[in-house]
Amino acid sequence: MSKVLISSIKEAVGVPRRFGDIVFKQLTMVCAVFVLLLIVAMGWQLTQSAMPAVKLFGFDFLSAKSWDPVMGEFGAAPSLWGTLISSFLALLIAVPVSLGVAIFLTQIAPSFLRRPISLAVELLAAIPSIIYGFWGLFILSPWLSNNVQPWLTDNLGDWPIIGILFQGPPMGIGLFSAGLVLSIMVIPFMASILTDLFETVPTQLKEASYGLGSTRWEMITQVVLPFAKVGIVGSFMLGLGRALGETMAVTFVIGNAHRISPSLFEPSTTIASTLANEFAEASGELYISSLLYLGMVLFLLTFVVLILARLLLWRITYQAKGRTK
Amino acid sequence: MDWHYFKRRLMNQVGQALALMATLFTLFWLVWLLTTLISQGWQALDLSMFVKDTPAPGAEGGMRNAIVGSLMMCLAGVAIGAPVGVLAATWLAEYGRGTWLASAIRFVNDILLSTPSIIIGIFIYGLVVVNTGGFSGWAGALALAMIILPVVVRTSEDMMLLVPDQMREAAAALGAQRWRLIIDVVYRAARRGMVTGILLGFARISGETAPLLFTALNNQFLSTDMGNVMANLPMMIFQYAMSPYSNWQELAWAGALLITLTILAINLVLRLFWREPKKGH
Amino acid sequence: MKIKNVILAGILGAGIQFQAAAEQINGAGSSFIYPIFSQWASTYYQNTNEKINYQSIGSGGGIRQIIQGTVDFAATDAPLTQDELSENTLLQYPLIMGGVIPTHNIPGIKANELRLDGETLAQIFSGKISHWNDPKIQQLNPDLKIPKKAITIVHRADGSGSTWMFTNYLSKVSKDWADTIGSDKSVNWPKGVGAKGNEGVANYIKRIEGSIGYIELAYVLHNNMSSVSLKNKEGNYVAPTLDSLKAAAASADWDGTPGMAVILTDQPGAESWPITGATFVLMPEPVDSANNQKLQKFLTWSWRDGADKAAELAYVPLPISLVKKIEANWQKK
Repeated sequence: MSKVLISSIKEAVGVPRRFGDIVFKQLTMVCAVFVLLLIVAMGWQLTQSAMPAVKLFGFDFLSAKSWDPVMGEFGAAPSLWGTLISSFLALLIAVPVSLGVAIFLTQIAPSFLRRPISLAVELLAAIPSIIYGFWGLFILSPWLSNNVQPWLTDNLGDWPIIGILFQGPPMGIGLFSAGLVLSIMVIPFMASILTDLFETVPTQLKEASYGLGSTRWEMITQVVLPFAKVGIVGSFMLGLGRALGETMAVTFVIGNAHRISPSLFEPSTTIASTLANEFAEASGELYISSLLYLGMVLFLLTFVVLILARLLLWRITYQAKGRTK
Repeated sequence: MDWHYFKRRLMNQVGQALALMATLFTLFWLVWLLTTLISQGWQALDLSMFVKDTPAPGAEGGMRNAIVGSLMMCLAGVAIGAPVGVLAATWLAEYGRGTWLASAIRFVNDILLSTPSIIIGIFIYGLVVVNTGGFSGWAGALALAMIILPVVVRTSEDMMLLVPDQMREAAAALGAQRWRLIIDVVYRAARRGMVTGILLGFARISGETAPLLFTALNNQFLSTDMGNVMANLPMMIFQYAMSPYSNWQELAWAGALLITLTILAINLVLRLFWREPKKGH
Repeated sequence: MKIKNVILAGILGAGIQFQAAAEQINGAGSSFIYPIFSQWASTYYQNTNEKINYQSIGSGGGIRQIIQGTVDFAATDAPLTQDELSENTLLQYPLIMGGVIPTHNIPGIKANELRLDGETLAQIFSGKISHWNDPKIQQLNPDLKIPKKAITIVHRADGSGSTWMFTNYLSKVSKDWADTIGSDKSVNWPKGVGAKGNEGVANYIKRIEGSIGYIELAYVLHNNMSSVSLKNKEGNYVAPTLDSLKAAAASADWDGTPGMAVILTDQPGAESWPITGATFVLMPEPVDSANNQKLQKFLTWSWRDGADKAAELAYVPLPISLVKKIEANWQKK
């Protein structure tokens, strides 16, 4: 329909053939720049609202450990720590697992299994985060505290260095639970993107690899993964982004304690969950602006993480080029 | 059998076994979550859910108002966010490739992606709610649009970049204009992945509580007026699940189950009726 | 402001129309009153076809909204002072009352058997008493056999009016608490684990043996939790019931307090439950605006005809004498 319509309009108005091209290009550019403007506007508003706390605390905010609304002392260190550790834990589990799921689905599974399993994975990605929160609080954390955590403490708690991670009261909430819930949320998210990615690997390449006598696993590691590597890193970034900013699910299981402790079983807090837990009830300009300052810190943290990821990506691309050419 | 060959075979077996285990690990959580949802929510999920509004504690009721509100705001959010996202991704993948502006936009898009939804809620609150003098369904839809936008940009661009340049060149050689080429060739080839991205985004916004708290608020009564406060499922689930009243708690679980089943249904329908033609390589 | 306006104009330019709020009245704030308010609003709607919509977004959030003018009324657990009210041209009235109840999970000890006084409670929550068989606790309970178990504190993870009421009480009865921790909707807890919402705290208390936390009365009753008996200002040990909460409200001096901002913790009265408090409704001046009149009609109906329902849901309705005072105040202005 649109084809006929557009060409008839063009004939009637007598516009040059390139007209549609120019309009479309401008339209897409406006939309792309809009994304940029949106972030600028949001960053500007956030900075503006965080100003009172920024002026009062300055950069000390980042290293200050106290979070005391009564005394008006606010510091970001515990939230920052919790955010980094819980996201790190989540990716530690989610990266290999989601790669495994995508490889299984696209390269290994018999075709009658692919459809139902990939549907199941997408369904897991579709479950709203608040439901992960409830499930985490009412179902998962009792189970962790009764079964998993005591076992970890008994078996790993005495190990040198890493033992300290698994000491502490098995209450089922804290960094460990938050990282686990985050990873369960991030796995399907990354896995469904990776699955789509791996499906685009040209069959010729795969067949060529088999033709050279590769095993299936060699084909996967030498053809599929290198072919999709940029997209793979991209999907990890998506997952990390989601983990860093995830609010509701973490809020329910992390315990919201502004303390830094080495044990993964101790309650902690993340920037997003501090905001979610305290923003609604916060009163007083300093308290609110400190919370928004925290939001700004997360902005900057994402910034740094993304730059690191870019560097990593460049390195991978560079090395790959050096090898193949 | 020489050692080298044995090692390769072993690696092959171990690698595949690990991939299988990863899949089982993932399915384990899914089964657990779904069992919880169904066992807690199934009983309360009946027809009255769709014809009655949210009740007082201890009284009979449903969640018609929340379903209607959520549906309207999510659809509006997708309708605003997805086209903008696809178009922005088009520029990044087709026109802006290699420019510094494209890199900058790609970069900030990833930042937007990890912004906690509550910050987006606070932003829309300052931008729309304060300026228009009140909470509204439109403010909620805009906040949701802002959440789905970066997901769509990211997935659509990745998918478009995977379309081989030969296809573009072939179309261009046949004399197709660039924009027709993008729509007819690139979009078509990247369609499946783009739809997955939009669906993931839709799934994500359908359960968002934090951005609605300060934009759409919530409504105890049925309303289809997007200019006024609007009921929605996530707020209802949140408020009711944390209450001490058992009828409210049941409603919360039923609402959670309903959202999940809806996403499942959309997924199924898309897959059944929109099957990809077999790749003819 | 400029960038904001440009974006806003762009969004609005797309033909989206923002309608002004129509006949419905919207309010927001304290999550404590949400259940009873939705009960009242739903019955009121059936009777009169008037829609009064109230949403729990937290007291602090409610106060910010009414100051911004984005809602028609708000509700807060911690009253505003007269200065804050005048500064923002707001009016404040008590709406309903409730209490916060310390609740424990010690094997073998039933509800209201364990007796505590304010100072001991403060020492438990500040971590100075770490085991249940501590001499200070044993001394208050000479007849009770208390097991040797470590104490786990469960507190609210989110900012909340309950935390404010509870720490307000502890600050009144323990100088040490007032000096080191103080009172607010979130405080810097020296020990323990945070759970989200009353339901979250109740859940954790039930699960962790030796734990103690604080929750609202409705959650104690609905979840069959073990509450403690507290020593009140007159030196009597009282159990948390609707009657003991009512008793605490009886001696309040509503007239003599500017903005009716009475804080009901640690009240005199032989039967008074010491951690009691009122939730307040805030409306913008002038008192007789069209929206305020609608709201006042609703409140009058709720206080008089909805009092039974309130008690059923474990809230303490305002005494009728106080209702009459507020109504007279509305008439006068």
